[in-house]
Amino acid sequence: MLTHLLRLVLLTLSLLLPSQIARAQDAAVDIPAQIAAMGEANLRELTQIVVELASTGDNSVVPVLTALADGNLYLDETSSRVVIQTGSAITDPLTGEAIELGAEADLSRIRVNNGLRRDISAALSGMTLMSDNPVTRLSAAQGFLANPDPANLPLLDEAIAAETDAGVKGVMQTARAVTLLSSEDASIEDKQAAVPMIVSGAGRNAITILTGALANAPDDVKPTIAAAIAGLEQGRAVWGALQNVWFGVSLGSVLLLAAIGLAITFGVMGVINMAHGEMVMLGAYTTFLVQLTIRNHFPGLLDYSLLIALPVAFLVTGAIGVGIERGVIRWLYGRPLETLLATWGLSLILQQTVRSIFGPTNQMVIAPTWMSGSTEFYGLAITYNRFWIVIFALIVFFMLLLVLNRTPLGLQMRAVTQNRRMASSMGIRTPFVDAMTFGLGSGIAGLAGVALTQIDNISPNLGQNYIIDSFMVVVFGGVGNLWGTLVGALTLGVANKFLEPYAGAVLGKILILVLIILFIQRRPRGLFALKGRAVEQ
Amino acid sequence: MKFSRTTSALLAAALAGSLTLPMAPAMAQDETIKVGILHSLSGTMAISETTLKDTMLFLIEQQNAKGGVLGKQLEPVVVDIASDWPLAAELARQLIEVDQVDAVFGCWTSVCRKSVLPVFEELNSLLFYPVQYEGEESQRNVFYTGASPNQQAIPAVDYLMSEDGGSVERWVLAGTDYVYPQTTNKILEQYLLDKGVAAEDIMINYTPFGHSDWQTIVSDIKAFGSAGKKTAVVSTINGDANVPFYRELGNQGVMAEDIPVVAFSVGEEELSGFDTTPLVGHLAAWNYFMSVDTPENATFIADWQKFIGSEDRVTNDPMEAHMIGFNLWVKAVEAAGSTEADAVIDSIVGLETPNLTGGIARMLPNHHITKPVLIGEIQDDGQFFVVWETEDLVPGDAWSDFLPESAMLEADWTAPINCGNYNTETKTCGGTAQ
Repeated sequence: MLTHLLRLVLLTLSLLLPSQIARAQDAAVDIPAQIAAMGEANLRELTQIVVELASTGDNSVVPVLTALADGNLYLDETSSRVVIQTGSAITDPLTGEAIELGAEADLSRIRVNNGLRRDISAALSGMTLMSDNPVTRLSAAQGFLANPDPANLPLLDEAIAAETDAGVKGVMQTARAVTLLSSEDASIEDKQAAVPMIVSGAGRNAITILTGALANAPDDVKPTIAAAIAGLEQGRAVWGALQNVWFGVSLGSVLLLAAIGLAITFGVMGVINMAHGEMVMLGAYTTFLVQLTIRNHFPGLLDYSLLIALPVAFLVTGAIGVGIERGVIRWLYGRPLETLLATWGLSLILQQTVRSIFGPTNQMVIAPTWMSGSTEFYGLAITYNRFWIVIFALIVFFMLLLVLNRTPLGLQMRAVTQNRRMASSMGIRTPFVDAMTFGLGSGIAGLAGVALTQIDNISPNLGQNYIIDSFMVVVFGGVGNLWGTLVGALTLGVANKFLEPYAGAVLGKILILVLIILFIQRRPRGLFALKGRAVEQ
Repeated sequence: MKFSRTTSALLAAALAGSLTLPMAPAMAQDETIKVGILHSLSGTMAISETTLKDTMLFLIEQQNAKGGVLGKQLEPVVVDIASDWPLAAELARQLIEVDQVDAVFGCWTSVCRKSVLPVFEELNSLLFYPVQYEGEESQRNVFYTGASPNQQAIPAVDYLMSEDGGSVERWVLAGTDYVYPQTTNKILEQYLLDKGVAAEDIMINYTPFGHSDWQTIVSDIKAFGSAGKKTAVVSTINGDANVPFYRELGNQGVMAEDIPVVAFSVGEEELSGFDTTPLVGHLAAWNYFMSVDTPENATFIADWQKFIGSEDRVTNDPMEAHMIGFNLWVKAVEAAGSTEADAVIDSIVGLETPNLTGGIARMLPNHHITKPVLIGEIQDDGQFFVVWETEDLVPGDAWSDFLPESAMLEADWTAPINCGNYNTETKTCGGTAQ
């Protein structure tokens, strides 16, 4: 036990010693005076102060610099004192003790710009590389990776020797390799050895780092770097194509969500519902209202607000759908032009109602934490919101398949689709099935609206952006067929995303429309057409 | 037919009354001066333009409290152009012919301005246009109180190329697909090439209004920025497409320290209600920021928030431009003694009014004004921190000196030139149509 304790003490001392030596060397810098000067300094003077503080190597300036970069460093105008404020706690920048400022305290933030943030992050990397906390060490190592400076090589070597965590050690070794490559003193062999280390350790940034180093590298190393870049470029081309496929799949999933409700109403009832986009919009507004209620009354549930909004949006838009069917569409069966006009009028009424209640400006739905940010999957960058929307679209699709194929209501819907008169003769209540179908289609559109709050603006015009795309998908995929909608949506999404880098967003959409028109000339019923004599009517 | 005496008396009274009735409203009409407000209150541009309508109502109320203009009260006439450009032309005609307004304050997008121009020329009315635009235009009936490219785009690019701005070497010019971004990018591309930037270091792309799927473009920006040279994005994206664009930048991890985005159409209003923590460090170039610390600005903000009844409402550059335009119009009307368009046009050049950042805005002969240029970084509360500003006021230049076809053109609406695109080399006027 005593030897264990002694070992611990020795380890702590060995970690502290380098910083003690550094502190002794730069004792000339008056740290408290520099911190006090930060209050009135302009941007150029602040840069000077940051450089001075960083040069001390004193770990006590780490909190000040971190607070400055994060925007937590304030000047109290009344007492001319520089303080750190996080939330409501006010602390002294050097000692970390809590401070009591009087009621007349007037705090103004000490502001930095991008350049200063870069400088601070580089300085902090140098000072926190030997911290006790592995997370801090990792971010320091990543800072060294982003800003290689040959002067840091001895520090990196020291850190690698003392490092126990394998993940952090790997990043440190990659950072060392990058620094070696850009250093003028390093030997040719060291540089040659650094290149494969960068290729394996730097992930997606490898190409950037190697391209940047190519210009200044000695001639012996240039072929190695060029060969490494060529190999990475090939990989990138493949991953680039896969990335486009992923973008296409995520766009396709959005199209799928928007169009699948339409596929059902169009397929079962042959009703052209121009108010379908407004169902999506109403789903989005329902989500906004649900989140508003949760924010005001149950703030703890904010991260689950989308999940709670799903059934609410389904029921609300489903009910409105049933109401539309019973109130308007029922009287217009067999008259497609009138249905089109009537539903178009309905869409205008719904848009203006929402505009009058909520105002014409956009509403904001906060993204839950599990839907923000992105992750890397081998060579692909996958954003979480798109990922969850793809999963959600597939879940909705398969649940709908389940409803259609395994439930009595689904059976009745399919029967009415194939042969309405026969189904009616068999005792199926076709008006009830029609109402339920319309309600189901609108409810699915409401679910799409919930998902769309994460990627588009919530405004009364939201539906207008998706109605044309929904019809395109349904017409292309085949009316009344769910699998057709799935394949159609994914095909259109992927095609759009492959065209976009070459033709641009605007021309890409135009080309897709032209391609669909040409496709319809060849196969008027779409990809997966329903067959049978009754369908021909 | 013979009427009884009571019936005849009643008929006579009714006739007399119907003769006098039209007189009453006509007299009321002479008492007010009508001012037209032509903005989008719905559609994709509503996010930006609704507050400009409110600003005009605020300015008119303030002026009425000071006694109006020429002893008469001002009456605002508001129409909603609904982000529909042909509708803007129809409504402009309605404002001038039916409502008889004496001046119109309005439009945001250049396509709106281009659509309504023929109406203002034909009916000889006045348009005060408050938004930064692409230049290459100077019309007799229009006053441009927003920035021209030399008052916004060029200084922003100069800042990014400087050491303070990060010594940017690779450029992405991303814009919405209409005339303002197309022309501004043409000017910027020529400017960058003249400054020695290689053609392969410039990437240009356009998206439709309201575009929401930014995955590919942000991914392309990341790839373009990974060539080892410092890269920046110059964004002329307009309207609510900015919200998904910034959200995608945040989600794909594009940090402002690595690839800064400088926007020309994103101000405090577009950022209000949006969580700007992932955007901290991205830039905007304007001639005014709400965070500028001057007494005039503090008074303006206080009065505005009292008028609108909310401390959460922000002020931005186009609002200041409307204020400058409105004050110059009032001064010109009082100097000319009349609201007639020709009289105002003749008297307004040379008039000055203070702006909100401590300087003076003067109406120049080319119908542009003098403005300072400020570059600001987005903070986590939706405000901007000024990181750079010009020493002096920059006079607006209608015809860009960087494009070969417009370098020799000048606009001068005072005698003797009296021309919007006067060719200084051939000494002839190219005609007012643009």
